[in-house]
Amino acid sequence: MINYTEKIPNNVDLGRDRVLQRALEHWQPAYMGWWYDMGPDESHNYEVYLRTAISVEPDGWAQFGYVKMPDYRWGIFLQPRDEKREVNFGAHKGQPAWQEVPGEYRSTLRRIIVTQGDTEPASVEQQRMLGASCPSMYDLRNIFQVNVEEGRHLWAMVYLLHRYFGRDGREEAESLLARRSGDTDNPRILGAFNEPTPDWLAFYMFTFFTDRDGKFQLCALAESGFDPLSRTCRFMLTEEAHHMFVGETGVSRIIQRTCEVMKEHKLDDPSDVRALGVIDLQTIQKYLNFHYSVTLDLYGSDVSSNAANYFTSGLKGRFRETKLDDDHVLSEAEYPVFEVVNGKILAKSVPALTALNERLRDDYIEEIADGVARWQRVIDNADISFRLTLPHKGFHREIGNFAGHFISPEGEVLSEESWKKRESQWLPTPEDHAFVQSLMSGRVVELGKFANWIAPPARGVNNQPLNFEYVRFN
Amino acid sequence: MDVVATQESQGKTEALDFQTDPSRYKHWRLSFDGPVATLTMDVAEDGGIRPGYKLKLNSYDLGVDIELHDALQRIRFEHPEIRSVVITSAKNRIFCSGANIYMLGLSSHAWKVNFCKFTNETRNGMEDSSAHSGLKFIAACNGTTAGGGYELALACDEIILIDDRSSAVSLPELPLLGVLPGTGGLTRITDKRKVRRDHADIFCTNQDGVRGQRAKDWRLVDEIVKPQQFSEHVKQRALKLAAQSDRPAGAKGISLTPLKRTVDAAGLHYEYVDVLFNREARTATFTVRAPQAFTEDTLEKALAAGASWWPLQMSRELDDAILTLRASELELGLWIFKTAGNPTAVLANDEFILKHQDNWFVREVLGMMRRTFARIDVTSRSIFAIVEPDSCFAGTLLELALAADRVYMRDTQESESAAALILSKMNFGPLPMVNHLSRLAARFYEDEAQLSSLRDRIETRLPAREALEAGLVTSAPDDLDWEDELRQAIESRAAQSPDALAGLEANLRFGPPESLETRVFGRLSAWQNWIFIRPNAVGTNGALKVYGTGAPVKFNWERV
Repeated sequence: MINYTEKIPNNVDLGRDRVLQRALEHWQPAYMGWWYDMGPDESHNYEVYLRTAISVEPDGWAQFGYVKMPDYRWGIFLQPRDEKREVNFGAHKGQPAWQEVPGEYRSTLRRIIVTQGDTEPASVEQQRMLGASCPSMYDLRNIFQVNVEEGRHLWAMVYLLHRYFGRDGREEAESLLARRSGDTDNPRILGAFNEPTPDWLAFYMFTFFTDRDGKFQLCALAESGFDPLSRTCRFMLTEEAHHMFVGETGVSRIIQRTCEVMKEHKLDDPSDVRALGVIDLQTIQKYLNFHYSVTLDLYGSDVSSNAANYFTSGLKGRFRETKLDDDHVLSEAEYPVFEVVNGKILAKSVPALTALNERLRDDYIEEIADGVARWQRVIDNADISFRLTLPHKGFHREIGNFAGHFISPEGEVLSEESWKKRESQWLPTPEDHAFVQSLMSGRVVELGKFANWIAPPARGVNNQPLNFEYVRFN
Repeated sequence: MDVVATQESQGKTEALDFQTDPSRYKHWRLSFDGPVATLTMDVAEDGGIRPGYKLKLNSYDLGVDIELHDALQRIRFEHPEIRSVVITSAKNRIFCSGANIYMLGLSSHAWKVNFCKFTNETRNGMEDSSAHSGLKFIAACNGTTAGGGYELALACDEIILIDDRSSAVSLPELPLLGVLPGTGGLTRITDKRKVRRDHADIFCTNQDGVRGQRAKDWRLVDEIVKPQQFSEHVKQRALKLAAQSDRPAGAKGISLTPLKRTVDAAGLHYEYVDVLFNREARTATFTVRAPQAFTEDTLEKALAAGASWWPLQMSRELDDAILTLRASELELGLWIFKTAGNPTAVLANDEFILKHQDNWFVREVLGMMRRTFARIDVTSRSIFAIVEPDSCFAGTLLELALAADRVYMRDTQESESAAALILSKMNFGPLPMVNHLSRLAARFYEDEAQLSSLRDRIETRLPAREALEAGLVTSAPDDLDWEDELRQAIESRAAQSPDALAGLEANLRFGPPESLETRVFGRLSAWQNWIFIRPNAVGTNGALKVYGTGAPVKFNWERV
């Protein structure tokens, strides 16, 4: 028997909710089994300086202290309820927000929640071997923080399945623990979550690019007319910010270190740069190209009747829906999407309702561009003449109107043959991966020490110094 | 036309009453002579059930057919001495010209579909009585027998056509109106009369029909008789058929007293059947109650109880509720069946009925039950059965669950009042669907192993998990899940396309094999209902619309 309020911090009255208790009696042990199998490798006995959310109050969601990860208190938190909240878009606009699942939308909502929930354990699985090659104790602690919070986000989605979807929900919650990232027979739902995260550069890129997709999806779901989903997502977003911080600063610190070495030794040939044990900017650009394009696919088809249905049904809104100045019904509005016609990329106006995936993707691209500009400033500040660029959004796409076309990062439509010929200039090659991994052959865990290929961060976690013992290995 | 259009635009038709009695008949005369009853059709031109058309030439509308249905019930229950029934006409040189075309032209699609369904059920009921209850029917076609008139004749055991060189039998629907003979005619000429397909093709595309010797040669009628001998011949045939019947000679009938029914905004309320409307959710919840106790334990007591004997009263109430909702509550798209009361009394009644089914009254009551449950199977509404503690899904009442598209059963802690299903012999054949299979046999595609393992559990309480395992229920949520599962199931059903659901359910309820009746309700009605909404029938220049106006028909010539 679990002492619910002790073990599972929550603001959903778990102590008195028999439906939830019964579901968790089965699921919680299965979750622990999954964590032991698929959580960070060899980490179970470590004491990690982690933040834990114990309430939704400003002082409650970031409590720091040493925790063994299996003892982490994965909690269930929803943003407090606004009694006056309404469905803010679609056909039900103006009705009171739903506190229960409308039967009519049950299977659609379940699919949305399962798809979102599946990404959470997937990224933990993708990252489970990275502890063995961490560049510092600070970074090791950060990846663990990301991992436990992805675990908590799984809890958040499972809470919705358990509380609102009956037996089907319980079965789906079990399946979330049964799928495995990259497993041929039993893969995770979305493509990008079956790609390996083989090294720390990939990890930072993933948290910058792919976790930001997570943020945009959560933002769209935070607008949902199904209030419990909205409230769950709004609280998850407070944690998601840290993951993207880890990614952006991680890449930024690698760039910074590379620039320092280039400047100090007055080098710019990639092989010379590599010879000094840092990652050349060209390789960083290739990683960026890969993670950006794979993540763009996660938004789905440019023209999507599913997306239109989700919106019209009031289940999934746009990014910052309530801040947008329009009718929130989109019966007349149009939106441009791109397609490849006779070797040219042409814009085409389509009903805005059907282009909601594309619109969310464009919102995402805008925010990504700001982050890349901040990386560029690191290069500029070192007086190095290299431009880090976002490839064209048609580059290396497998979903949507660009799928099946061969678009260069500059946006030229190429033949398959000429694209393949230049692929190795644009995307990481096995040699590039081998090189990056050669730099990360062992872990760096001496207090205050950082691997040669990455610069230290500007400050430590929770105002602790950089030489703080973020992880006790016991 | 305006009246109908207005009603249609309000999305609701005014309440119809399917109850009547011979003193109120406008269109039929019912007379009795020894073992023979004669039903004489004499339709009152101005007696339409709706305004806007005249019922000329013995044409009929729903009101005419409600009287026919009532008359058949009277013969079954009030006149056990009757062994054969002659259907004929009081009009000169016209037997019956079928469904009134102006009525069809004015009616909404839903009205037409429901009208056809009811008339089909009435004709199936005649064949059902012929097969099971020893009531034989003769169509004495003493004049033109067209369209629905011939379809009525086709439902009889024998068709006798007057041979006066002008009276013909015909199915002119296609050449005249651009629709099908939709009251079983197209099915019965093949399945029942075995008219060769090319003859049938000619017959159905020629508006004049066939008369005289050819009608007999093509098997469209059984006999042709000159006017002089006609009535004597009919009489002799009626007596001959009567002689083959096992209906009792000296028995006294029971009186089909009017149902006690209250109609209010909340729903329909009878003694054993209660229907509550939830207009917002678009559901109607039926609760069917078991008798208080098993009191009629001898034939004398059952006969003395008559129309108030539980199996009969419950069936009549349920029948009336089904017909009323079908005709008048189109938007209540999901029917929820619940039951209540004492399962022991239901099981005792079942045993009693099966033991005494050679008694004419018990046999008629069983027939009434059979036909009533069969109406459910062909009803275009979604049906969920809900089995809860204190419900009474036993034997006869279990048929309500077996007729449902889904069965939800609450899995409670085992106790006296826990939800249970109880099978009786009644579930294994005496109440077949119109495909002639029991609902259990249809459910399990006649898998004998499965059926025999269920037979071993007759009169055993089957709690939720056992019922689920036995395949009798769809889902058995426990106490914690129950309310929300049920709410979501109901909401999601009520939100789906009513047309597609009607099609889906009709397909899933009737697997193999087909029968004449399933072909009428499936193949014939489905095509007819498609034709009924096509512009070639009901568009501005459609055949059904312009009939009688003199305006030319304009077809879209594309074959679809």
